[in-house]
Amino acid sequence: MKHTLAVLVENKPGVLTHISGLISRRAFNIESIAAGYTEESDMTRITIVVEGDEIEQEQVVNQLSKLVDVIKISDLTAVESIQRELALIKVKASLSTRSDIINIVEIFRASIVDVSRETMVIELSGDAIKIDALCQVLQEDHGIIEIVRTGKVALSRGPIPAKAQ
Amino acid sequence: MKMTGAEAIIESLKNEEVDVVFGYPGGAVLTLYDALYKADFNHILTKHEQGAVHAADGYARATGKVGVVIATSGPGATNLVTGIATAYMDSIPLVAITGQVAVPLIGRDSFQEADIRGITTPITKHNYLVKKVEDLPGVLKEAFYIARTGRPGPVVVDIAKDVFVAPIDYQYPKEVKLRGYHPLYEGDLETIEKVFVELRLAHTPLIFVGGGVNLSDSSEALKILIEQTGFPVVSSLMGLGCISFDHPQFLGMVGMHGNYAANMATTECDLMLGIGVRFDDRVTGLLSEFAPKAKIIHFDIDPAEINKNVLVHLRVLGDMKWSIPALSERVREVSGDLKEQVQAWTEKVRFWQREKPLTYKQDTDFVMPQAVIEKVSQLTQGDAVIVTDVGQHQMWVAQNYGFKNPRSFLTSGGLGTMGYGLPAAIGAQCGLPDRAVILFVGDGGFMMNCQELAMAADYNLPIKVLIINNQSLGMVAQWQRLFYGGRYSHTNLKGGHTDFVKLAEAMGVRGLRVTKSTELGVALEEALATPGPVVVDIWIPETMDVLPMVPSGARLDQMIFGGVDG
Repeated sequence: MKHTLAVLVENKPGVLTHISGLISRRAFNIESIAAGYTEESDMTRITIVVEGDEIEQEQVVNQLSKLVDVIKISDLTAVESIQRELALIKVKASLSTRSDIINIVEIFRASIVDVSRETMVIELSGDAIKIDALCQVLQEDHGIIEIVRTGKVALSRGPIPAKAQ
Repeated sequence: MKMTGAEAIIESLKNEEVDVVFGYPGGAVLTLYDALYKADFNHILTKHEQGAVHAADGYARATGKVGVVIATSGPGATNLVTGIATAYMDSIPLVAITGQVAVPLIGRDSFQEADIRGITTPITKHNYLVKKVEDLPGVLKEAFYIARTGRPGPVVVDIAKDVFVAPIDYQYPKEVKLRGYHPLYEGDLETIEKVFVELRLAHTPLIFVGGGVNLSDSSEALKILIEQTGFPVVSSLMGLGCISFDHPQFLGMVGMHGNYAANMATTECDLMLGIGVRFDDRVTGLLSEFAPKAKIIHFDIDPAEINKNVLVHLRVLGDMKWSIPALSERVREVSGDLKEQVQAWTEKVRFWQREKPLTYKQDTDFVMPQAVIEKVSQLTQGDAVIVTDVGQHQMWVAQNYGFKNPRSFLTSGGLGTMGYGLPAAIGAQCGLPDRAVILFVGDGGFMMNCQELAMAADYNLPIKVLIINNQSLGMVAQWQRLFYGGRYSHTNLKGGHTDFVKLAEAMGVRGLRVTKSTELGVALEEALATPGPVVVDIWIPETMDVLPMVPSGARLDQMIFGGVDG
């Protein structure tokens, strides 16, 4: 079972080291981790996707909570939430293949953000399965040069923020 | 008040009521040492930074106060690592202040630069790098607060060299504001009610106590609870002392070198109250078969300990100063019924105690290590502060010394750090100058930090160092004997040329030697009666095993009793 955790931390140097160090030391299974600024300048929000049963999940939450700079952890799997990931995909594109790529991009509601004589860069946000599907089509039909993905970010629905949950 | 960063540190130490620091000077902390000098602050100079950090640890364990250690940047700081990890594993409150190279030099592989914050992240409760002098008072306030509250632990404060000289308008904060740190004190009374229901249903209940009881200073409350329930009690290595060894309900230590009755009771119990324990692998043996018939109720201040090693039926979170009295308040009125409930069980447990008590060979010319410990126990009336190193002697002490008081047994339980004992004993003696502090140490572990003996002499600290000398790295040799076909790979120290008596004398410490059982009593009495530090080199047989023993990965009731030397 996968759990998506919103981890609110102090925006201080060394916090990410503390978190990633703990995850590797305790051998937790982390599928993705994504960090960024929030509505409060002194707070960073990290979205972590954990793979494991209830007991392992509880250990991850309890151990992370012990870190002094971790302010709050909220399990977004337990509430209704919106989950997204952003991918940039650089695909091989010649004059003759461009139109096919444009078709694929439209079907996936992705967008083209850069074009060169030999390549196109496609931007897609969505859930991981959708990104995987686009990548598969592009790889098989055209060939992918490189991909970058952010890892999942998530936000609960409704008025209550993670810090107040 | 206007002052320098270094002076602000001294002021902060005073504000935290620190009466002594252990340390070793160096380039990055020159300004701090200058401030210590001018303030005439009580500082104990060890011979090695590792000695300083273990001494601060021993001080903290013995007194319950936060131990403070100072070291310089680079090698000074990295020499603290083993001691910090030792304190972390046993939840000991320490503040380690390290110098760092000046801010403009950080990250450039400068002379004596090491990223001690990065290095100590997995072995500290929290750590800091201070680059701005205005952060210093707040960071120190937080460091002491974090080290001592909740589940205690070591905190590293790494301070850049230029911060020590920088001017500051000093004010020590009155309180800390930490959004992400809320140590738990009071738990949930409804859980206590659920525990009560389980107590009433149990036929063969067992109380299992650990280091948390010692650390939270709640052994008085524990005694009340134990006597109200009438339940038998076992202890982990770290729990020894939190209940007196001669208490009629106390069975002794459980685990790999636990005694028969304690291990059998653990295997047979139907309810286990684990109080301030963490179900370490040296206690549980084969994890899946640990207390197989029992519902386990876990009392701890740290939520992350719950379900970490064993799955528990109920959790009681909170400070034991809250949870133990809360449970005893609830059981008080049914105390008589509970005792009746466990009458048959108590008889069974007593039978196990009589069936296979701890024994050792008597009537021999050799000095038996158990006899040494029993003699010391008798001479000190169980009232001394006992420190050990790590290995066979540590287990013999755990099994045979009659501990009466909490915080009277200082030992590296979690990390198992050889070389811990001597500096820790020195630290304990600094904290408790009027108590007898006795160190049991192996001939291997003694050599790991024997330089600190010189420091015991320099400060005239009256520690008594009893070297249990089997001319061998005994515990490893025991495993080689039992599980590696007797191939003593690099554990035989026989033929070494070190004379411990001369070594002691060279450092200004009185040295005695005991080679025959008839010499033991006189030598120990003489050592204890000597006002300064003494080393007694006690020769014991070379191939003795610590028994009983549960082989690694076996069930607790699968103990080995026989042995090469019985």
